Amino acid sequence: MKIIVPVKRVIDHAVRVRPSADGRSVEAASATMAINPFCEIALEEAVRLKEQGIASEVVVVSIGEPAAQEQLKAALAVGADRALLITTEKALEPLAVAQVLAHVVAEEGAELALLGKQAIDSDDNQTGQMLAALLGWPQATFASKVVINEGRATVTREVDGGLRTLSMPLPAVITTDLRLNEPRYARLPDIMKARKKPIDQRELSALGLELSSQVELLAIEEPQPRQAGMMVESVDELLEQLKNIDKVIL
Amino acid sequence: MSTLVLMAHRDGHIIGSSARLISAALQLGGEVDVLVIGHQMAGCAREAAALAGVNKVLVADDARYAGDIAEPAAALLAEQAKPYTHVLASASCYGKDVLPRAAALLGVSQVSEIIEVIDEATFKRPVHAGSLIATVRVDAPKKVISVRSTAFEPVGEQPEAECIALDPYGETLGVQLEGEELNRSGRPELMGARVVVSGGRGVGSRENFALVEALADKLEAAVGASRAAVDAGYVPNDFQVGQTGKVVAPDLYIAVGISGAMQHLAGMQGAKVVVAINRDADAPIFANADYGLVGDLFELLPELTAKL
Repeated sequence: MKIIVPVKRVIDHAVRVRPSADGRSVEAASATMAINPFCEIALEEAVRLKEQGIASEVVVVSIGEPAAQEQLKAALAVGADRALLITTEKALEPLAVAQVLAHVVAEEGAELALLGKQAIDSDDNQTGQMLAALLGWPQATFASKVVINEGRATVTREVDGGLRTLSMPLPAVITTDLRLNEPRYARLPDIMKARKKPIDQRELSALGLELSSQVELLAIEEPQPRQAGMMVESVDELLEQLKNIDKVIL
Repeated sequence: MSTLVLMAHRDGHIIGSSARLISAALQLGGEVDVLVIGHQMAGCAREAAALAGVNKVLVADDARYAGDIAEPAAALLAEQAKPYTHVLASASCYGKDVLPRAAALLGVSQVSEIIEVIDEATFKRPVHAGSLIATVRVDAPKKVISVRSTAFEPVGEQPEAECIALDPYGETLGVQLEGEELNRSGRPELMGARVVVSGGRGVGSRENFALVEALADKLEAAVGASRAAVDAGYVPNDFQVGQTGKVVAPDLYIAVGISGAMQHLAGMQGAKVVVAINRDADAPIFANADYGLVGDLFELLPELTAKL
């Protein structure tokens, strides 16, 4: 079974993001970049499935600027077998990403697509579900446990109010929640070896796909700060305020 | 213009934030119809029909939809969406699961987790874990939008609108429900609660969380947690308040032993009154609170609970 794991290059979660000077985008010029943490979890799960002898090959795919090679090398260093980089200058919306991934999945003959549930920059939480729809495959979103056995995936999902376990035939799409696993760190020898693994790089335009482009970003701004509050000295003073001023408790 | 709203439900009731979702739908300006999908849905349909502003309720009631399985629900939603200009769902786990799948079946992009309607095609939404707010315009033949319901005021009630039964539609694609482990604490659900008490790393242990729960029960509040408290195993995952967890908008939010990371603040910024209790006077949570109380939560929480 071949697994496709999409990997997104994002601004590192520890970077304090700001709007660009023209207020039309996010200031990213000098930011540290990283693999989207949810993609890392998906990659870790795929590598574990390979180590258990369930997966035959793990192929990582990124779509974006050539610099995403850096994230693909990192993915190769933790155990992906091959990497594919589809280059484009344009920022693609989730439906377009899903269209490209559907093309790659079909071309590769993959039986499982493992994705992060969302990217920590755009916070869309759409791509996996859209990919499943385009392929006509079943989906298991927000996975906290994955078991593959005899052509079926049994997935425990994090839902409002608890957990729900589904089973489904492969091929399928699974998206990962935060606590599916703890991604490993790459070992130095593996980082050295990954440098030599080839990255298959292709122009997006060469795929001949007609991609959706329906959402336009008009502005990026910082949220309104909360009005300055006050410090209280005691529980009694707090209760006085909450009961008699704000009237939020009786 | 007309809007179809997919409504999430749990334990035979529509979810608590549904009245806020309808309010967002009404801001678009057209007629608002509701779609309820599930098994044994008569009660949910009537609850939806009683939300002020709802024109009619379409009900798809069939065993194939049990367990909120996304595949047949998304197929049905895409089919029913045909006459409408807008399709909305709350950004609950159910909405997040079904709506993008339906959007892709319709061949249109989706705008996720809007917090403001500017006009029928322009919306504001948080990105980068709530650190930034994006304004986006969608130019799709059908606008598919998930709503951070907590950003909208709830609608009231009305005499029940008409409910129309639909023929079941959509395949499960071989997906089967194997089991559920749902928390049934008897406390209100986080996303619709009037009061939320959340604990963070400062609470220190699973056992100590009983102090947070005792305060919550006295206030008839929901219990939440920071990511650090969930990661430390003090409470189950679905207690997490934050950009990647639950987004809440209570009248009163009490943050106990929570430092106030950006991604947590993003989950509670809709709260009307925020109280922070923390030992560290420099914790960022205090800059985002209406009332701050510096001190030992192991003394302050029992005192607060006792004086209510």
